[in-house]
Amino acid sequence: MSQTSTTPAPATGQAPAPIGQQRGHLPRWAPWASFAGAAVLVVLLDLAFGLNIALYVLYTVVLGTVGVYALTRLVEGARKATDRLVTCLVVSAFGLAMVPLVSLVYEVVARGIERLDGEFFGYSLVGVVGEGGGAYHAIMGTLVVTALTALISVPIGLLTAIYLVEYGRGRLKQAITFLVDVMTGIPSIVAGLFAYALFALFFGPGVRLGIMGAVALSVLMIPVVVRSAEEVLKLVPNELREASYALGVPKWRTIVKVVVPTAIAGLGTGVTLAVARVIGETAPLLVTLGIVNGTNFDPFDGRMATLPVYAYYQLTQPGVPPQFAIDRAWTAALVLIMLVMGLNVVARLISRFFAPKTGR
Amino acid sequence: MTATRTPSDPAAGRTVRRRGDRVFAGSAKGAGILILVILAGVAAFLVAEALPAVTAPGEDIPGGEGLGAYIGPLLFGTLLAAVIALLVATPLAVAIALFIAYYAPRRLAQGLGYVVDLLAAIPSIVYGFWGIYWLAPRLVPFYEWLERNLGFVPFFAGPTSATGRTMLTAGLVLAVMILPIISAISREVFLQVPALHREAALALGATRWEMIRMAVLPYGRSGVIGGAMLGLGRALGETMAIALVLSVSGGITVNLISSGNPSTIAANVALEFPESSGVDVNTLIASGLALFVITFAVNMLARWIVNRRADFSGAN
Repeated sequence: MSQTSTTPAPATGQAPAPIGQQRGHLPRWAPWASFAGAAVLVVLLDLAFGLNIALYVLYTVVLGTVGVYALTRLVEGARKATDRLVTCLVVSAFGLAMVPLVSLVYEVVARGIERLDGEFFGYSLVGVVGEGGGAYHAIMGTLVVTALTALISVPIGLLTAIYLVEYGRGRLKQAITFLVDVMTGIPSIVAGLFAYALFALFFGPGVRLGIMGAVALSVLMIPVVVRSAEEVLKLVPNELREASYALGVPKWRTIVKVVVPTAIAGLGTGVTLAVARVIGETAPLLVTLGIVNGTNFDPFDGRMATLPVYAYYQLTQPGVPPQFAIDRAWTAALVLIMLVMGLNVVARLISRFFAPKTGR
Repeated sequence: MTATRTPSDPAAGRTVRRRGDRVFAGSAKGAGILILVILAGVAAFLVAEALPAVTAPGEDIPGGEGLGAYIGPLLFGTLLAAVIALLVATPLAVAIALFIAYYAPRRLAQGLGYVVDLLAAIPSIVYGFWGIYWLAPRLVPFYEWLERNLGFVPFFAGPTSATGRTMLTAGLVLAVMILPIISAISREVFLQVPALHREAALALGATRWEMIRMAVLPYGRSGVIGGAMLGLGRALGETMAIALVLSVSGGITVNLISSGNPSTIAANVALEFPESSGVDVNTLIASGLALFVITFAVNMLARWIVNRRADFSGAN
């Protein structure tokens, strides 16, 4: 792809100026100077009125942008001025999007670090009132449910992707592709209600089981696995398949021994990202698993605690001295974010270190 | 996409008799069909469990005025929060996509794309925590300003909520959550704009913005619309962030900054379900069914728009 960010500047600077209307050039440092001037101005305002940090940044950006626009309009003309204005807007939009990310991570780390200790990972909430206690039962519950979800989703997802890429044709393939796309948009709470409705028909109303949560999460995870696996399998060069057929290898052995091993890095990345997507889901587990204070390893027997639901209840129903439970909730949120980010990093590492070289 | 099929066709014809092939092809096809069955099952089981609420007399439904009166305000709240989120997120997401595609230094662009995608990886419950503790209190002075200066607009009539846990806050949290999906799809489309279109615009003396306005935006319009609708689908179904952030009183109001707000379908289910039993559960499942139908329709439309664009793209 050709790079456009640097080339247009010299080209457009000279070309469009009509005869008799020769325009000047602003030096390269002019926009920066405008923002620096705006910052100084705002500092003076600050001394006069007193501003908080958000307003400080806001005024600086607004004044700086206005300055750039006015300067450019005076010296270089209206079209270049609009161009600069849009550049400022686009960059500020990106900056604005970073505010939630940075503040969220800071907030969670600052509040969650309080209880990030051995007790949090080593103890459950059995018999805990007020201080102490941990999330051992919730972490174990999350691991059990997520493992079960992966166990259901990965085979179905991979086989479907193989069907779509290697076998599928006609209407059925189109229908599956389209509905898998639509399925990625199913609200997580609806998946939870589905699992509840399914099990309530067989076990009666009010049922809460670990396996229900896994079924609900599978509804959310399968389409993600299918989509990513499909993309990766399509990247496997056809020459490999043809070479295998030419040697008389049956099609299914070609897929198992040639296609899948070639794509294994991408498949690993996709599955890891899909796990990261479901491990933080709260709503479906809230309606299918409930919460308990003790450790339960058996997904076929009664309620289980999971980390997101644990965090939710610790925050919303903290008990009498609320601060201890709220601290535990933030630490649970921190552990959750670390899990998700960790899985994302692992996914990137898998794709970086195991990926075959492709044309891109 | 089509290329993978060509060489396999003759091979399939000859080898399909082998048992291994038949088993493998059958199980792959079975998995694909299973997905369709699951999707149909989601609808079927929701309908089955929602039926008792549909047939129950109006007095038995929470609120005592029948199913429609129960779901109506929730539906209104759901749509209101999603529309706020969409109005805020779409322009921002397009600007971010443009920044990453055409403004950011080439070497940084991919990394910055990952950073925006990180917003999508954060679990929704953590957004709820952030919304309550970080965003809501900081928005209170802003809401007070809105009430003082724009109080004549029904949206900002006030009185301002002291906690900041209002519909507008919920909409803003949702906006942050759907930002990455809209910007990811827009970015993808913007990068597919044929280089010739862009270079032709630049060669005619267009500035960078003029190039984007004349070559990139028309080409990417349907992609942006599709991305925004996917974002809408996500916003409609978002549960935990709203359940935590929004302070709920029921009823229908367009006042965005007061403490009395309609709940949303998804948040209402999350808040009420754990404590419900009997026909209340069926009512909640019926509201979930309504949400399922709406998001399904929105997502289908969105995918249709995005896919239709893919058919015309320069890549094939």
